[in-house]
Amino acid sequence: MTDLLEPRAIGRDLVRRDGVAKVRGTATYAYETPVERPAYAHPVQATVARGRVTAMDTATAEGLDGVLAVLTPSTAERLASTEDREFAVLQSDEVAFRGQLIGAVVAETSELARQAADSIRVTYAEQSHDTELSADRDDLYAPGKVNAGHETDTSEGDVAAAMASADVTIEQTYTTAMYHNNPLEPHSTTALWDPAGDGHLTLWDSTQGVHPDRAAVCEVFGLAQEQVRVICPYVGGGFGSKGTPHAHVMLAAMAARALPGRPVKLALTRQQMFFLAGYRTPTIQRMQLAADRDGRLSAVAIDVVVQTSRIKEFAEQAGVPARMMYAAPNRRSTHRVAALDVPVPSWMRAPGECPGMFGPEVALDELAEELGIDPIELRIRNEPEVDPDTGKPWSSRHLVECLREGAERFGWADRPPARHRDGNWLVGTGVAASVYPTMRQARSTANLRYEDGRYVAEIGAADLGTGAWTVLPQITADALGVDVADVDVRIGDTEYPIASVAGGSSGTNTWGSALVVAARAFREKFGGSPSDGDEVAGDVDQAAQDEDHAAYAFGAQFVEARVHADTGEIRVPRLLGVFAAGRIVNPRTARSQFVGGMTMGLSMALHENSVWDPQVGQVANHDLAEYHVTVNADVGDVQAHWLDEHDPFVNAMGSKGIGEIGIVGTAAAVVNAVHRATGVRVRHLPVTLDKLLPGL
Amino acid sequence: MKPFAYARPADVAEAVRDVAAEPTAVFLGGGTNLVDHLKLGIVRPDLVVDVRTLTSRSIDDLQDGGLRVGAAVTNSELAADRRVRERYPVLAQALLAGATGQLRNLATTGGNPLQRTRCVYFQDASTACNKREPGTGCSAVGGYTRYHAVLGVPAALPDPTAPETCIATHPSDMAVALAALDAQVQVLGPAGARTVPFVDLHRLPGEDPSRDTVLEHGELITAIDLPPLPAGARSAYRKVRDRASYAFALVSVAAVASGNGDVRLALGGVAHKPWRATRAEGVLRGGPLTEDTVRAAMAAELAAAQPQPGVDSGNGFKIPLVTRTVVATLRDLEA
Ligand SMILES: Cc1cc2nc3c(=O)[nH]c(=O)nc-3n(C[C@H](O)[C@H](O)[C@H](O)COP(=O)(O)OP(=O)(O)OC[C@H]3O[C@@H](n4cnc5c(N)ncnc54)[C@H](O)[C@@H]3O)c2cc1C
Repeated sequence: MTDLLEPRAIGRDLVRRDGVAKVRGTATYAYETPVERPAYAHPVQATVARGRVTAMDTATAEGLDGVLAVLTPSTAERLASTEDREFAVLQSDEVAFRGQLIGAVVAETSELARQAADSIRVTYAEQSHDTELSADRDDLYAPGKVNAGHETDTSEGDVAAAMASADVTIEQTYTTAMYHNNPLEPHSTTALWDPAGDGHLTLWDSTQGVHPDRAAVCEVFGLAQEQVRVICPYVGGGFGSKGTPHAHVMLAAMAARALPGRPVKLALTRQQMFFLAGYRTPTIQRMQLAADRDGRLSAVAIDVVVQTSRIKEFAEQAGVPARMMYAAPNRRSTHRVAALDVPVPSWMRAPGECPGMFGPEVALDELAEELGIDPIELRIRNEPEVDPDTGKPWSSRHLVECLREGAERFGWADRPPARHRDGNWLVGTGVAASVYPTMRQARSTANLRYEDGRYVAEIGAADLGTGAWTVLPQITADALGVDVADVDVRIGDTEYPIASVAGGSSGTNTWGSALVVAARAFREKFGGSPSDGDEVAGDVDQAAQDEDHAAYAFGAQFVEARVHADTGEIRVPRLLGVFAAGRIVNPRTARSQFVGGMTMGLSMALHENSVWDPQVGQVANHDLAEYHVTVNADVGDVQAHWLDEHDPFVNAMGSKGIGEIGIVGTAAAVVNAVHRATGVRVRHLPVTLDKLLPGL
Repeated sequence: MKPFAYARPADVAEAVRDVAAEPTAVFLGGGTNLVDHLKLGIVRPDLVVDVRTLTSRSIDDLQDGGLRVGAAVTNSELAADRRVRERYPVLAQALLAGATGQLRNLATTGGNPLQRTRCVYFQDASTACNKREPGTGCSAVGGYTRYHAVLGVPAALPDPTAPETCIATHPSDMAVALAALDAQVQVLGPAGARTVPFVDLHRLPGEDPSRDTVLEHGELITAIDLPPLPAGARSAYRKVRDRASYAFALVSVAAVASGNGDVRLALGGVAHKPWRATRAEGVLRGGPLTEDTVRAAMAAELAAAQPQPGVDSGNGFKIPLVTRTVVATLRDLEA
């Protein structure tokens, strides 16, 4: 049990501290950093999916007036570490995927850099590529671990026996598509090498963590931490794709080293983001459920196939949520990976949980239908007493309450019958559950100082639009017992103490815990009336950390879908979520996270789809005109509600992560609603009209 | 992007002379399509001639009761014009179904019908495309064909390596309405002025997929004429797309019905050009307009339709979808 803070500032819907600067356009993003005499880099990308670069004709580029440097695999500096092959930029002539960085031009203007980069003629020794994911490949392998350090496979009891003897079974394969994060602000970096001394690199980089970013750059360039400073006060969205640096950050640093003393700016174009900024792997999920006539599950199994790049392993943990969601004596989960000639996948909002709650939550709906049991009731009947995966008690679990409150608010009891028709529209409603683990990272330190009558905390945290600038002062103020107006929290700079990545919905938990430790230490040391300059540090390691409970946030999502009886067009006028996510530090910023997550889930359900073209070996629809993200006209009434949940085990704030859970389960709820409307069960995302037409 | 010269000549005659004299020159309208292509490096002109302030920006009544729309009239202005909304709802609806408010404020009457295909391979200079670079082949065959043609394509699966292969569609909504309205295109070229029936403006790929229209280099659209519709005619545009707004048509239908089975139908999203469904019109002519007759008419129209297989299930769904959309559109029009 932690010593819970008494909420004064916590729980208030304070406005965003960075809001005015952002609205006025005075908040500077990485690419806009005001620097003296910037030069501009533009990448050259491979146009084959596998092979070797045999020649690069750079004569035209070099001849253009204003071109300052041309980098190629044969001329680029040798990096200190090439162990991470995503970061081993221009270190060999090998091409491992189409769109890979194979060069760059640095010029006086961005237009010129782009023109010069386009003028470079590349000759390849092309090899046939292999980019097609399928569950039937004979080279699928079991990775050592899957993302976030989870076991690759788990097994308990005997699923096959349970399947053979059950009253009812469901055995189906579900797939989620490839998705690209597409934050509004493209990945961009301004890099500056100080020509004096051993070399000092400053990076203004759009990142979800200045310290993890610095660590990666130090490793690649063989630099000491003191030699690199990363600054990032504002991030125009990341959704995980800025959680680790990608190859372009190394390229920007290399380009800047070619021009010591001159800052070099590099921003990926939207098209380039479909090759170089990470993405969510497609998933293939084979589900098995076994149950008795009352709907009690006797088996839950999920076998997941995902892809990674041949040069770097990222194994999305899509089989993980099924391990803990519902009770069943017989359980199995496996992950298999195909290593292909494709770009490197990475984190995207709720890696694991987001795709991994699609198959299970649709399968459960199929089971409910088969049994003639209400899908909410079916979930309630399978509510586990303790975490089925670890056997630990829950720190708090209020899924049933979320389902009940959601049903009430949504009007579930009065829902129209299956295939209800309203004019030309078929109407249906659906439900699915959400879950997200409550994570805390191991390292983060906050400095707290009393300065000119104010409390100033510093921590290298990141606000990717989520609200850290605003909620961290709320936590600090309550920990100090002062008015939030008297607290400043400075973030986004490696000059400040080390902070963990804004990922895994762990930021507020981790940094907030460090701030609470610092504030409590401060009070202990200096009492209620400190002097100017009094200062302490607090470390998240010192914060109480509960190991005895399984800590998760839960939620329930409700959807009304309408399908046009003639054309199969799908509209979702209503989306309603109820979440149990601990104490909500700031309802305003929290609502944005829930509503944003749910909207992104709707987008995943109906629209998003990086269409892979195995002939060419790339995403075919690689821009925002062709890669559809849900637009305003697709979004009707979206409501996010939450329970007043008190969890004394998670941290001093009583808060759980809220940044990702909103996207979890939404797509399943949409599919379940569309099925109710039409009778057509779509098991392969996205749900598009062509998949419905044959059944209409 | 490669540097180019930019010119804003004194009048249309000079603009035509400038473009005609320079083989790579292009006209610039609202620029909402061309500027993207300049950036993507898929159009590489040495000279860009801005005609936006040279052609007419007014909508004038014609003697016969029709309207003449100047080439510089924006899509927003045209859609908002009272005469257009009252007499040609199909056109106003088509315009408003296209792009977004911001884009429509810039897009012009001359530029919209001449926008190029949205084929993802055409738009990616690193892939083979006969339309962009004649003779390189067609990457779309067997690739991502969701937005590609099912009509006006060969009966067998096209040969991706053949120089004539192209399965692209024309993406404009406005153009589908203009095809149904029997609009006339006023053109000024190096050899003088001429009028081109809108249905003949766009062409099928034939031997040369690089050419979208019958316009010769240097020919400028100065206006588009809308002939009057028969008394009592009703018209509507129905666009079916993957999201509710800001998406190109999977299929679309422009319909004008003036009683006695006199129906004009144009289809979008199905062919290299806005597709006037003359076969279906012929079947319907003089007869009653029922769901059965419309289905029969569409069956005739689509007899030669050829689905294009490809990733993500290809585009065979367009064949039932376009029929269903025509049925629904005519049903709503008659109601
Ligand atoms: C994201 C996005 C979404 C869109 N969605 C839709 C949609 O849903 N439906 C739809 O129909 N359209 C859509 N559009 C396309 C838009 O309608 C066209 O870009 C626009 O109509 C083109 O008009 P413009 O005046 O800007 O043409 P420009 O870009 O200026 O020119 C287009 C072409 O026409 C030529 N040209 C221009 N004027 C003349 C003239 N007077 N005579 C001869 N040649 C000329 C140019 O040389 C060029 O080749 C979309 C565009 C974007 C960027």
